[in-house]
Order: sequence, then C-alpha cells, then structure tokens
Amino acid sequence: MADKRMTADDVAAELADGMTVGIGGWGSRRKPMALVRAILRSPVKDLTVVSYGGPDVGLLCAAGKVRRVVFGFVTLDSIPFDPWFSRARESGAIEVTEYDEGMFGAALSAAAQRLPFLPTRAGLGSDVTRLNLGLRTVRSPYADGEELLAVPAQELDVALVHLNRADAQGNAQYLGPDPYFDDVFCLAAKRSFVSVEKVVDTVDLTAAAPVQSLLLDRGSVDGVVETPRGAHFTTAVPDYGRDERFQRHYANCAKDLDSWPGFVDRFLSGDERAYLSEVDKFGAAA
Amino acid sequence: MNVTRAEVAVVAVAELFRGDGEIVASPMGLIPQLGAKLARLTFEPGLLMSDGEACLVTTEGAIEGWQPFRKMLDTVVPHGRRHVVMGANQVDRFGNQNISAIGDHARPAKQLLGVRGAPGNTVNHRTSYWVPRHSKRVFVENVDIVSGVGYDNAAKAGQRFHDVHRVVTNLGVFDFATPDHSMRAVSLHPGVTADVVRAATSFALDLTEAGTTREPTAEELLFIREVLDPEAFREREVPS
Repeated sequence: MADKRMTADDVAAELADGMTVGIGGWGSRRKPMALVRAILRSPVKDLTVVSYGGPDVGLLCAAGKVRRVVFGFVTLDSIPFDPWFSRARESGAIEVTEYDEGMFGAALSAAAQRLPFLPTRAGLGSDVTRLNLGLRTVRSPYADGEELLAVPAQELDVALVHLNRADAQGNAQYLGPDPYFDDVFCLAAKRSFVSVEKVVDTVDLTAAAPVQSLLLDRGSVDGVVETPRGAHFTTAVPDYGRDERFQRHYANCAKDLDSWPGFVDRFLSGDERAYLSEVDKFGAAA
Repeated sequence: MNVTRAEVAVVAVAELFRGDGEIVASPMGLIPQLGAKLARLTFEPGLLMSDGEACLVTTEGAIEGWQPFRKMLDTVVPHGRRHVVMGANQVDRFGNQNISAIGDHARPAKQLLGVRGAPGNTVNHRTSYWVPRHSKRVFVENVDIVSGVGYDNAAKAGQRFHDVHRVVTNLGVFDFATPDHSMRAVSLHPGVTADVVRAATSFALDLTEAGTTREPTAEELLFIREVLDPEAFREREVPS
C-alpha cells in the first residue's frame, strides 16, 4: 500500500497560482494551520479560498495570497472578527462569494456527489441571492411546484484538512466531538491533503476509539503530513484546545499595522519548527 | 426586591421560548443563553440545548445527544424544530436583520461576521433577535445586507416556513403581529417610556398596545442570581 507521507512544504508545492483551495475545520477550530503556514512561506498567489473561515483566511489575506474568499462567516470564535479579513474586505483587496452556512455545505456536497447543484431554501429572500448574480433557482417538478435555490457545486482543486490521527496510507481519524465538513471538503476536491497530530499504525486507529471516528479513508486522501500541534492556535481536541492567549496576541498584532511585521518576523518567517519554538517561548513568558 | 433591567431582559428572552416544547433552542450570546436556560429550568423543561460545541446537554450537564455543525445545517435547521435567538447589528421594521457587513457589500465600511446561518434559519424555523443596545444605529429604516429574512422579503420569496417571532432589547419586547407585519411594541420594560423607544428607533413603530414587561418571579430571580449567572455578567451587557 502506498506510503503517502509528505511534508507541509511538499503540500504547499502542490498548489499553483489561481487554484481553488478548500480548508476544513470551522472558525477557529481544527484548522490545518501548519499547512496554511507552509503556504505563507511559498510563492503561490491568487488563491480562491473556500472555508468556514477562521484565522486560516486572515493569515492568507495578510500574506496577499487571496484573490477570492467563498465563505459564510470568518470568525476567531472567542474573538468575533479576524482583523486581517476585515482589513482585506474594507480595503477592497479581495473579492468574495458570501453564502449562508447551509448553502456553503450544499455547494460542497453537490461537488462531492458530482451533481451540478443541490436545492435548498437557505438564501431565498436574503441578500445572498441579490449580491450573487450567478445564482439560479429551480422549480420542483412535483405537484408542490416550490421554487428553491439551486446552489451550484463548489469544486475544489485541493482540500486541506487537519485531523487527530492517520496511518501512512491516508486513513484518517478525528477524536474530538465534531467532524465539521472535512470529509465533504476532501470528496469535493481533485486532490486532498490531511495533516494530523500523529501518524500511527493502521491497527492502532481503532485500538482506543470507535470505528465511527475514521472520517477519511485512504481512497480520498492523496497525502498525509505529520504535524504535531499542526492546528495551533486553533483547537484540536482532545489533543489540545485553542491557545487563547496566542490567538489574542495574533488578533492584537493583526489590528495594528505597526506591530504586524514583528509578529511575522518572530512567528512566520521561519519553518514550522521555528514557529513552535517561538510559540513555546511565548507561552513560557506568560 | 430590586430587579435590574438585565434581569427583566433575561426573563423576556425566556418568554420567547414559552410553548416551544421539545425543540432545539439555540441562544446566541450571554443574555439569550441565560434566558433559554431559565426557560428550561422553569416553564419549558423539554428544550434541547447544546454545549456550544457538538453535544446536547441536560440542565445537570449530562450529554444527551450529538449535534455537530453538519447535522445542524443538514437536518436540524431544514427540519424546522428549532428556535434560534440571534444578535442583530441592524434590524428593520419588517424584521430583516444584518450581521454581514455595514455599507456597500463590495467594499464595506465595516466587515462583520458574514451572514452565517441567518438566511437559512429565518426561512426554516422560528427566529428571534436580541439587541442589548436599542438605538437608531440598530433599528434602521433599511438594513445594509439582508442576512436574516424579514416578513416583506419572505413574502416576496414565497417562504412558507418563515417565522420571525420577536425582538427583545434592553428597552422592550417587539413583534410583527400587525396587518402588514411591521414591528409593534408588545411591552416596554418597567421604567421605559414610549418616547424613549421612539427616540431610539429610526422607523415609525406601533406603540399603542404596549404593556409592561413582567418582572421576574422570586424563583426566577433565584435561578438567575444564584445558579445561572452568580458573577452577574448580565449587568455588564445591560447596565441598569
């Protein structure tokens, strides 16, 4: 069986300018942050980012990697707004496709099922439809004749997700309470890369957790990256929770253009090892 | 007993859920959470509530169900057995709500959360709003980005499950039970006059039948003060 292990930088090198990249997780929860940090270090640009958005979106906007964001929200959860996403929007630096959260899921599910669209009521009557001139409705062919929104399939060139465990072949497992939409992201994508806290032997995946925790099978995974603390500073429960102090530091620096270069120098100018080392120093100074 | 405005607001939010039975209550924010929990502790024991993550938990904290975000969006919302209380950066006379952005959507003056689940919530199940600071900035003639769908837009879009119930603010309780579904005052909180509400609302509001919001019972006050919010965070959100 193929050993799909690779590095975060290998994943970033798979991206090309202009690609549509789906990022799993939800808000500031289980985001593939080590993969995002690798993208920040790479030359790729003009990405369309599809995300239940958190600091992944903010950091990619900060680094000028983003042409368009497809989103229903961008939030740091314990902090309502991501300052870099706000700046990108308020300066007109990026284009957006704004969806209701349910529409967003329907768009991914349609792509995963190879359907052109999925019908929903979500979005009808709201400005989501007024602002997106490409959206169309569809009429039920049955007696009810109801008009529904036809959410177009959101196909992805690449999906990036972070889970708790995987084997080297790409069978991947979440150990927290919520799968989010990570498997749907992977099925909607031409290629999928999963980072995990730890790569283990296949038999160990179900040694201490129920089989239902196996979210991704190797058939839908192209690469596996072992990145301990790879979701930092977002949650990857039960391995760790959100680093609230660090997230506040990120948000404070992101708000202030004078402090931002210092944040980049300290945390984002080196590789993942350097990042975690600086995070440890930051934590020890608390 | 000296009752604060915040405590009146908590009870007013609790009253939103009266009669809801065994449905999912999704209160967003502190006062809505206190209100929903108070309702469940007293007159609506059947309410289902999440821990903010993927578990449904009982009043005693026992996990009684699994409700990840995908289940919420795929089945709970469309199935309709849910009552959400959302915030609102703007709300208009027909109950259109904005949490997306202020200004022009292409380049907003202020980016907010995004529409989140508001479009889907409002066309699928009962939705109420909580506004901690009732002001002309929030109660506007027209919202900038329709996130939650109001009565006029729901009618135009033919939405049969649309059910915007009430708006609770620091000043009173409002609904849309008028012939054209424009906003009406149900009750003003004790000490609030009609003039205060008029001065804080950009559009004309029917205040003719407004009563006075009921005060908490002794039992409710005990739950609020001793059980649900002993550190009185509610008083920071709604100063008296």
